[in-house]
Amino acid sequence: MTVAVEIERVIKRFDEVEALVGISARIESGRLTGLVGPDGAGKTTLMRMLAALMHPSEGSIRVAGCDITREAAAVHKLTGYMPQRFGLYEDLSVMENLQLYAGLRGVDKSSRAETLEKMLRFTGLGPFTKRLAGALSGGMKQKLGLACALMARPQVLLLDEPGVGVDPVSRQDLWAMVQELTSEGMAVIWSTSYLDEAERCEDVLLLDAGQLKFAGQPADLTRRLQGRSFLVGNIDGDRRSFLTEALDLDLVRDGVIQGACVRLVLAKGADRTPLETLVRRHHASLDSVAPRFEDAFIDLLGGGPGGRSPLAERMDAIVSDRSTMVECHDLSKKFGDFTATDKVNFAVQKGEILGLLGPNGAGKSTTFKMLCGLLKPSAGRAEVLGLDLRHSPSAAKLQLGYMAQKFSLYGLLSVRQNLVFFSGIYGLSGKQRRERVKEMIKVFELKPYLDVSPDTLPLGFKQRLALACSLMHRPPVLFLDEPTSGVDPITRREFWTHITGLVGKGMTVMVSTHFMEEAEYCDRVALINRGQLIALDTPDRLKASVASADLPEPTMEQAFIRLIEDQNQQAELEGQAA
Amino acid sequence: MTRFIALVKKETLQLMRDPSALIITFVLPPILLFLFAFAVSLDVRNVPIGVVLEGDGPQAQSLAGAYAGTPFLKVTPARHRKEVEQHVVSGTLKGFVVIPADFDERLLNPDSGAAIQIITDGSSPNTANFVAGYAQGVFNNWLAGRNGSGRARGPVIDLQQRFWFNPELESRRVLVPGAIAIVMTLIGTLLTALVVAREWERGTMEALMSTPASMLEIILSKLLPYFLLGITAVIGCVFLAHKVFGLPLRGSPLTLLLVSCVFLVPALGQGLLISTLSKNQFIASQIALMSAYLPALLLSGFIFEIDSMPPIIQTITRVIPARYYVSSLQTVFLAGDIWPVLIPNMLAMLAVGALFFAITFANSRKRLD
Repeated sequence: MTVAVEIERVIKRFDEVEALVGISARIESGRLTGLVGPDGAGKTTLMRMLAALMHPSEGSIRVAGCDITREAAAVHKLTGYMPQRFGLYEDLSVMENLQLYAGLRGVDKSSRAETLEKMLRFTGLGPFTKRLAGALSGGMKQKLGLACALMARPQVLLLDEPGVGVDPVSRQDLWAMVQELTSEGMAVIWSTSYLDEAERCEDVLLLDAGQLKFAGQPADLTRRLQGRSFLVGNIDGDRRSFLTEALDLDLVRDGVIQGACVRLVLAKGADRTPLETLVRRHHASLDSVAPRFEDAFIDLLGGGPGGRSPLAERMDAIVSDRSTMVECHDLSKKFGDFTATDKVNFAVQKGEILGLLGPNGAGKSTTFKMLCGLLKPSAGRAEVLGLDLRHSPSAAKLQLGYMAQKFSLYGLLSVRQNLVFFSGIYGLSGKQRRERVKEMIKVFELKPYLDVSPDTLPLGFKQRLALACSLMHRPPVLFLDEPTSGVDPITRREFWTHITGLVGKGMTVMVSTHFMEEAEYCDRVALINRGQLIALDTPDRLKASVASADLPEPTMEQAFIRLIEDQNQQAELEGQAA
Repeated sequence: MTRFIALVKKETLQLMRDPSALIITFVLPPILLFLFAFAVSLDVRNVPIGVVLEGDGPQAQSLAGAYAGTPFLKVTPARHRKEVEQHVVSGTLKGFVVIPADFDERLLNPDSGAAIQIITDGSSPNTANFVAGYAQGVFNNWLAGRNGSGRARGPVIDLQQRFWFNPELESRRVLVPGAIAIVMTLIGTLLTALVVAREWERGTMEALMSTPASMLEIILSKLLPYFLLGITAVIGCVFLAHKVFGLPLRGSPLTLLLVSCVFLVPALGQGLLISTLSKNQFIASQIALMSAYLPALLLSGFIFEIDSMPPIIQTITRVIPARYYVSSLQTVFLAGDIWPVLIPNMLAMLAVGALFFAITFANSRKRLD
């Protein structure tokens, strides 16, 4: 094994803030190394330094044998770097992007055609060479970005969060491509805040708040958790309230919902009696399971958040004599010739969490936007509390809270002004408005941040603020559009604690997501592909539906990929027949 | 070289797909030239005034006839001041001339006071000056034309005016070259500032920087297509100005092209400088409009004469490249290839451009921190 990257006691300061605090590490060639950590851990800063785009304040970094400060030009020659948004020109076609990077990397005329051909084959982008990069789906953009970075025929390949906003099918493709590269001897560094991705890396560097918390094989970290991970099944009653109670126990370090079960991580060497009592009270079963990388990650970072949501505790129970809160009948949306949503039918019951899953470009967002009144259906009906979104959109919208992707907060308003603004647009005024704003500030502990811009808030607080804004008018139905995309596991747990609490109060939640883990929190999952609803069931039953001899216990992600591929194959067969 | 060619190719493709760039180059110039050639006019013709003829003396009648006969004034005759005062207040008349009842007597006796009274609408001073001057002029001409009857009140020295370069005193001849300068400023400065800021905004600059391409290559590859675009626009503008709007072109077209190439140096330099200061398209466009477009409009001497500005403003105009460009364009269009005027202008533009480029290169590093 040769060393591809050497990092020696690197400190990086931006003004007063230390983004990296004395990091030393080695990365080997021919291996896939994950750079893992929560948001703001310093991953991107380190990536940019490896690409010789930033200099360390102290310490040194050698990439492929060259010092990044003194030999930046050589580093640029030997590395391929794919920045977070892939570095593509959206107004250029696939081929034009490839040609540009081939030119920049000095691929000469004689071998250029061959190189481009190879890249197109490798990425499967062959049929799309004329398409503008801006018109590609997230997964295809990412493949093109990778191909552009590979034009360097680099010794070290740097991929900065390539998995964000990309569906599992595309992620699986990318993964296979990267493994092929490492087997050729390339060092691939993949930064991610997704722990399932991290777990599959050969080595990981785990960063938190600018410090290196762990370096080595993920299995080594996971092994430390041996005997501390448990699955609670057959819970008598609500699994969500069980989780809340379990998280309140001192010995429980972390807990998540997994379909009908609850997965718990216990503190090292703790006395299990209180948990066993709780389990008995719910007539549930307690089984030891193999630890996951995520368990170890959360444990290393000091455990997950508690189970109580101060927000939900302040909320009054939602009283409604309706049982069906959201409903759609033959809901369709066409953009020109393209059918984005094709006759979708389902109903969401009171107090239910319904997840909307699907690959990029499958029509998931379109369906979602029609349900919350942001898009007009071409045909069919969408109703919230029996109010047709087409005929009485304003009345229907007052019944729902909507939290958009990226939170849609106003960066030029302060935190307090954002709260006041959102309470205003939801029709609150006078004393009630003041009280609600005050309440949200208290519940979400926003007081220290009232006068700053939301842009400067830590991610967790930003998310709290966005949630506070969407709940200001106490809606009975809450829509969450990819609420935790790009968010680290701890922040995500905190978010779900609130959602779980709200559902306990009778709120109905619809969530669109790419996260299989988020899907596990849902009561039912609607899988959308090619504009159609291809499956609608509980997470456990969806998983069971794809179980086979060689895959006895499929994960949510495997189930997702299998169901999507089955439908794609079927559609192709039908296409051939026609 | 392969890298540079790849970058230029990419920039050209993007340019051709960017509707805003194409609109600024091909649609804006005809519109601007048309506006400045026809709609905006600093000339005064057919100014409506009233002529109040209070008496019926033959001399008075004759003078009133002289007013009615001039093409520059449109006369509304009246017998009483009250009739026209209202119209001046409402703005339909720009002023009036009173020919008093005892005009004939006053004319014979010069010491009896002013022969006529001229009232103008001071709320639009340029027109008011024009009306006053012209009404006076008509009177003087009329006096001089009264072959000897009565004592001449006319001036002792006869002034014969001749206007060089723009004998018809048509303002479009001065305005159209100014419009060309505006177009070139928009292409050179605004578009360049936007394209570089766009690369930062979309994260593509980061990807470019991680390749072996040098900062110089990246910057020059951006300039070349916009330079060519600017030249294309100039050729189009000159063609329109000369063939369609009938502007004389007394110098050679090549000189005009040379002057324009030289102007593009500071214009592009300023655009680049702005984009290194702001990596956000919105702010970059604001800075470009404030620092390039407005000065080109207000301080280049194309609408407002620099010589009549306060000294401090005159000093400020010295660092505005458009000032030298407007002056050069006007020279080439209206006077010819007057090198003693053009060369100092070009040197000044190059100096300002060199300053912009020097600051830009000092601030561009291939680094993100």
